[in-house]
Amino acid sequence: MLTIRNLVKTFGTGRSEKHKRVHAVHDISFDVVEGELFTLLGPSGCGKTTTLRCIAGLEMPEGGEVAIDGRVLFSSEKRVRVPANERGLGMVFQSYAIWPHMNVFKNVAFPLTVMPRKRRPSGRMLKERVERALAVVHLDHLADRQATDLSGGQQQRLALARALVLEPPLLLLDEPLSNLDAKLREEMRFELKRLQRELGITGIYVTHDQVEALAMSNRVAVMRDGKIEQVDHPRAVYERPASRFVADFIGTSNFMDGTVEGREGEAYLVATDVGTLRIVSDRDFASGAPVVVAARPEHIELNTSLNGVGPNVWRGRVEARAFLGEVVDHVVSVGPHELRARCNPKVSIPAPTEVTLKFHEEAFSLMPAGD
Amino acid sequence: MAAPAVARPPFVRTDRLRRLVSGRNVIVVLVTLLVAYLSLVPLGFLLWQTFVRGGDLTIASFRTAYSEGGLFGMAFNSFAFAGGATALAMVVGTALAYLVVRTDVPFKPLMFAASLVPLIIPGILHTIAWFFLLSPQIGVLNQHVIHPLTGHNFNITSIPGMILVEGLHLAPLVFLLMVASFRSMDPSLEESAVMSGAPLRTVFLRITLPLARPALYAAILIMAVRTLESFEVPAVLGLNQHIWVFTSRIWSTLNQVPADYATAGAYAMVLLVLTTIGVFWHGRLTNRARAYQTVTGKGFRPRPIPLGRWKWPATALMLAYFVVSVVLPLAMLFYASTQEFYSPPTHYTLTHTTWANYTTVWNDPLVRHGFKNSLILGLGSATAVMLIGAIASWIVVRTQLRGRWMIDNLAFLPLTIPGLVLGVAILSIYLRTPWLPVYGTLWILFIAYMTRYIPYGMRYSSSSMYQIARELEESALMSGAGWFQVFRRIVLPLLVPGFVAGWIYIIIVSVRELGSSVLLYSPGREVLSIAIWEMWRNGQFPELCALGVMMVGGLVVLVGIAYKLGAKIGVREA
Repeated sequence: MLTIRNLVKTFGTGRSEKHKRVHAVHDISFDVVEGELFTLLGPSGCGKTTTLRCIAGLEMPEGGEVAIDGRVLFSSEKRVRVPANERGLGMVFQSYAIWPHMNVFKNVAFPLTVMPRKRRPSGRMLKERVERALAVVHLDHLADRQATDLSGGQQQRLALARALVLEPPLLLLDEPLSNLDAKLREEMRFELKRLQRELGITGIYVTHDQVEALAMSNRVAVMRDGKIEQVDHPRAVYERPASRFVADFIGTSNFMDGTVEGREGEAYLVATDVGTLRIVSDRDFASGAPVVVAARPEHIELNTSLNGVGPNVWRGRVEARAFLGEVVDHVVSVGPHELRARCNPKVSIPAPTEVTLKFHEEAFSLMPAGD
Repeated sequence: MAAPAVARPPFVRTDRLRRLVSGRNVIVVLVTLLVAYLSLVPLGFLLWQTFVRGGDLTIASFRTAYSEGGLFGMAFNSFAFAGGATALAMVVGTALAYLVVRTDVPFKPLMFAASLVPLIIPGILHTIAWFFLLSPQIGVLNQHVIHPLTGHNFNITSIPGMILVEGLHLAPLVFLLMVASFRSMDPSLEESAVMSGAPLRTVFLRITLPLARPALYAAILIMAVRTLESFEVPAVLGLNQHIWVFTSRIWSTLNQVPADYATAGAYAMVLLVLTTIGVFWHGRLTNRARAYQTVTGKGFRPRPIPLGRWKWPATALMLAYFVVSVVLPLAMLFYASTQEFYSPPTHYTLTHTTWANYTTVWNDPLVRHGFKNSLILGLGSATAVMLIGAIASWIVVRTQLRGRWMIDNLAFLPLTIPGLVLGVAILSIYLRTPWLPVYGTLWILFIAYMTRYIPYGMRYSSSSMYQIARELEESALMSGAGWFQVFRRIVLPLLVPGFVAGWIYIIIVSVRELGSSVLLYSPGREVLSIAIWEMWRNGQFPELCALGVMMVGGLVVLVGIAYKLGAKIGVREA
């Protein structure tokens, strides 16, 4: 339903370097399907918020096209620029942007009261629609409160109600949970997801929090330096990262350089400086290609008995451990490498102990060498 | 290298036109033009009038102006006056600020009350009150204190006298500036010096003063500019003794017959250059200070230093200041307003008082005009200036428009123009443009007031504009609101605290305005400050004082409202 084609947005870097412009968004294209929550994930400065603001119309890109259901909102080629207030999209801001001089009801009613006069609902219709929007986010009992008297979580829901009151085709969410404390954030995460699914909202969600992205989205686009590195379902992004950057940014990974030695059924044999690994991958690598192996620490099993043999079993020594509550992290040295293994709390091995590391098949992902 | 022509689909015409001539753009252009007109045109005409005679570029007017005898004397007077008054104000104001912020001296609220004095007693009333206190012939203090003690009378109609009055009037301003500076200083800087073993005196000299130095320099420049611009004190105390400074000279050149506009322009130009240097220097200083100072905008609450045995001398000094700067002038005004003919207070005069002056003044057509016109001008210019300021600061703070910094600079430019110079400049415009018949009407005063106060409007608006998160506007845009709706329903309501504070402040200062008005008013178009000026020139002292007391009363109410509103709105702002 939303299509982004070749979006480009640059910013000047101050008056002294007039001609040097930084690409905030560098030739991005993607599609968002009706009813899905699509997440733009990346570290700060990767261009995710700029992309969102280009869709909103708050920034004007230099090139590309933005269209919703065939309605062109921006196109450098067709020279179309629909201003933000005529796009009819809903948006929740990082700071919620609740107007402090209005009460809860008036905040939500505002979008309805600035509609073109012909379509503007009045009196009972307006009240009904506002109350419906407030009921959806469970704020209907606070309608008469001053907006600034609400708690953080309530303000967040108020911002959501205001964005939804016009029933926009697309909801833009700019790090909406980042201002909440950890406990509330988790609660709101499920609440938002539930609302989105129940109301069938199509949404674009910007966050730098990988947990949030994995938990909430139907699909995730991982961004870096103004470009999209990978677009896929959360599970796929986690299990089959397309690049070292993605593997590093999402979850924790142990990285090792290696060379493809050959193929064995579905799996590749990869030589590393410590030993050979057998790695299943659906990507194509030529024999002799330099690769990066990423191994998820939670799929590395530690064992103090030293007699296990088989593929993907290495010897190492526990150098340190840290008890983190739900898991115990071990740092294990194998040759020149220090690998992290994440075990359930029943396994807790003091340093220094010689151990056997067993890599489960799903621990690995293989990607071309480079960054 | 020519780029190949790219065939672009043409814009839909109406669409393009609609966007270009949108309400927002029209307003932006109008406000920009207005600000540019108000701040640039007077300066342009002033230059033209001074340097062009009969179509030729000439410095003849400078030759006339400065070949006249007494040039050296005038320059000397101006600088002695400015230097002396600045020094006095700095010493008194800084000492009081230090005592109030950093020590355990009692009666601190009293000092803040005293700091309002320049706001509620217009300069001309303050000066006249001091004339009655220290005039060699009729001065109360001379007769009852100074002559009995020293055998001499202090002559206030002299340079030292002018310095005394101007310095006392400016001291509260220094006090407020330095209080802000002392408060924003991180006390741990001083405490670490104490921990290093330094005694209090050393801490003050080697840590506190150097840290306050940027603020001190900035205050010195402001005071110097203010005294150079001051017209009230030189006019009331210096005119009869022929103690000329730039401002009084400009006034007298325009009040002789025939008025010599070119010569007045030549004096005005030099004064303008001096004040401009001061203001820009001050701007650079404060910019640099911001770059390295420890001022974080955080209000520190330093532990007050116990004064020990110095506590009571310090208290006495503060109380003396309060009596001298607040009680004496106000008491003098009030006393004089109750006398049928002015004479220094004796037992007889104190028991034979009358309220007749108040009714006389109230029925005086001059005062009636003045009251009405001051009201119209105050309300009108305050509203206009704040609206222009709100839009201009929105352009500067919020938009990405190219050249928006120019609006900022243009709006601050009038700050460098002394009131009297602005008067000369505006006269030179509207005497030459008979097709713009504003001369002889209230409009010319309105234009002058707008020009003078645009910097304040801009300052009040932009400081509150910076406090409004951009997202509050963006979320309104995303809700479908157009520019007008965003401005009217989001920006303006959120600006209200700053807007109201600035509005009342401009009303207060416009009621006291004398420098521009004294050149631009015409019969029937007097304002209140002109009424006082006229009564002074006619020697109607008791009536003048009665009017002064009423004016002070009105200003006290206005200042009170401003504080009340400010406090109330300030809470909601947080």
